[in-house]
This record gives sequence, structure tokens and C-alpha cells, in this order.
Amino acid sequence: MNFLLINFFLISLLLVTTFFIFKTTSLISVVALTGAFTLLCSAIYVNLDAVDVAFTEAAVGSGISTILMVMAAAKLPEGKKNKLINLFPSIILAVAISLILIIIIANLPLLGDPNAPIHLHVVPEYLKESKDFFHIPNVVTNILASYRGFDTLGETIVIFTAGLGVIALLTSNTLNRKTNFKKNKKNER
Amino acid sequence: MRDKISSSPVLSVVSKILFAPIIIFGLYVQFHGDYGPGGGFQAGVIVAAAFILYSMIFGLSKGETLVPIMINRYLMCIGVLLYAGVGIVSIFLDGMFLDYNVLSSDPSTGQHIGIILVELGVGITVATVMIALYHSFASFGEINE
Repeated sequence: MNFLLINFFLISLLLVTTFFIFKTTSLISVVALTGAFTLLCSAIYVNLDAVDVAFTEAAVGSGISTILMVMAAAKLPEGKKNKLINLFPSIILAVAISLILIIIIANLPLLGDPNAPIHLHVVPEYLKESKDFFHIPNVVTNILASYRGFDTLGETIVIFTAGLGVIALLTSNTLNRKTNFKKNKKNER
Repeated sequence: MRDKISSSPVLSVVSKILFAPIIIFGLYVQFHGDYGPGGGFQAGVIVAAAFILYSMIFGLSKGETLVPIMINRYLMCIGVLLYAGVGIVSIFLDGMFLDYNVLSSDPSTGQHIGIILVELGVGITVATVMIALYHSFASFGEINE
């Protein structure tokens, strides 16, 4: 019962946050509200006992990405207010997508259903085997680093490539800035 | 913009006090990931947050002295290479790629060693990529000012 109450409370907060994200016009407030949104999501994950996911969401979603968005928003010039555009096509698209999602949700297995497909495939084997073999209590770590080590290698390479991409796009600027910085220093002397 | 240092003494004092505990918490999440929630990804982000906080408060120049750009880039590569290197080493020890059983005489200990090394590689890469992202974003467009 508590579980349901907490979930209801968090999801209604989520709706309120979403409403204010739509309403605000200031970029910085949108970034701050998005941070609050992901923090609420991580609270919901904790309530669903997915502590590792919640941890990642709190650290990456509401921590680092909020900082990066604030940096990006600070770099942008003061925006002019958009004129009212024709909202009709986007409303139709939004309604259609929500209808599809609602139909799919009706077909999902119930929360915690032991006969759900995800609980019948390889998970029982992992849960049974990993404790005796690895002597590591956190099954998530076992699956991430050992059973699915290859996938995690791929994820690490994806992050590395993302970093490389950003550096490659923005660095020529950095080098110029450095030489300018040195020149300025010399001029000061 | 570059050396725009926060004028508030509260911010600079608090961030000086917080810097070490944040890194220690990151290391805790990194190496305690086998026993509790956490692991390389989260730990990397937490450690990066400490450095980002430092360069936010004290200016980018000081942040770049703390973590020089080139060293940061080398560490980015070292993290990925450490992960892939564990896989290569296990091939040379007559195992399969990323098969940690062969890393030690006891398969269970081998798994422990493998998982800790691999998570360390993930942590290093994630932390340095986040710092690199922040520095690229923060220094972007400065030349025009």
C-alpha cells in the first residue's frame, strides 16, 4: 500500500514538473526543472528497488547533464520570444503517440509478475549461479562486468567516442584561445 | 569569462571543503561497487563532478592547471585500453576475450580481479570524458569575447 502511495505521489509531482517545463519561457528555469524531473525519476527507481539505475540517473541525469545544459544555456544569446506557430500538427502527433503508448502499456506484464518473460529467460540462472561462483553480492555488477562484459566494453567505447567527437568539434577554438592567452600575457609584460 | 572567479567567499570555502569528500565518495562507489550499488560509471561521474565544481568556482585556468588537457586526453585512452587490455591478457592466458577465470589460479578470485580492473577502466574513461566535455563547453566561444 505504501509503495502505491509513494509512487502516486512521485508521479503526480512528475506531472506538475512537466507542466511547469511547458509553461516557463526562461531557458535556465527549463534546465533546472529538467534536473528536478530526472531526480524525481531516480526516486521512482529507488521505489521500484532499482537502486543501481537510480544511482546512475541521479549522478548522470540530474548531475552532470544539468551542469552541461546550464553551460550551454549560458553560452546562448538572449532568445527572442517565438511567435505563435501552428500547433495543430504537433498536437495530432502527440495524441497519436500517446495512444500507441497506452495500447502498449495495456499489453505489458504486471509489475512484479513472476511469469513475465524477462524473469524467465536467463535471469534465474544468473541469480542462482552468480552468488556461489563470484562471491560478489551485487548481481548487477556481475552481469555488467562479467556476463555482459563485451557490452560494457562497447558502452565505454561509446562514451570515449562521444568525448572525442566533442573535443574534435570544439578544440580548434581551444588552441587558438591558448595562443591568444599567451600573447595577452606577453603584452601585459 | 575565462578567469571569472566567483566573488562569493561562501562558494569558494564550501567548494574547497567539499572537494576531497566528493572524491573519496567517488572512490568508495568505485571500489565498493561489488558489494553495494555503484560501479565505474557512477564513480566516474562523481569524481568528475568534484573537478567540474573546482573549475566552476575558481575559473577554467586553475581547473586546467589541476587537470592538464593533454593528461586528461591520455587518461581517456588509458581507461579504454585498460578494459580491452584485460580482455587481451585473458586471451594470452589461454582463455577467451574478457574471460576473467584465467586471471588467477582460482576462477572466483580471477573474476574478482577482472571485474575490479574493468570497472576501474570504465571509471577512468567516464571521469575524464566528463571533464573534457565540461572544459570544451566552458571554453567554447571565448575567443570572440
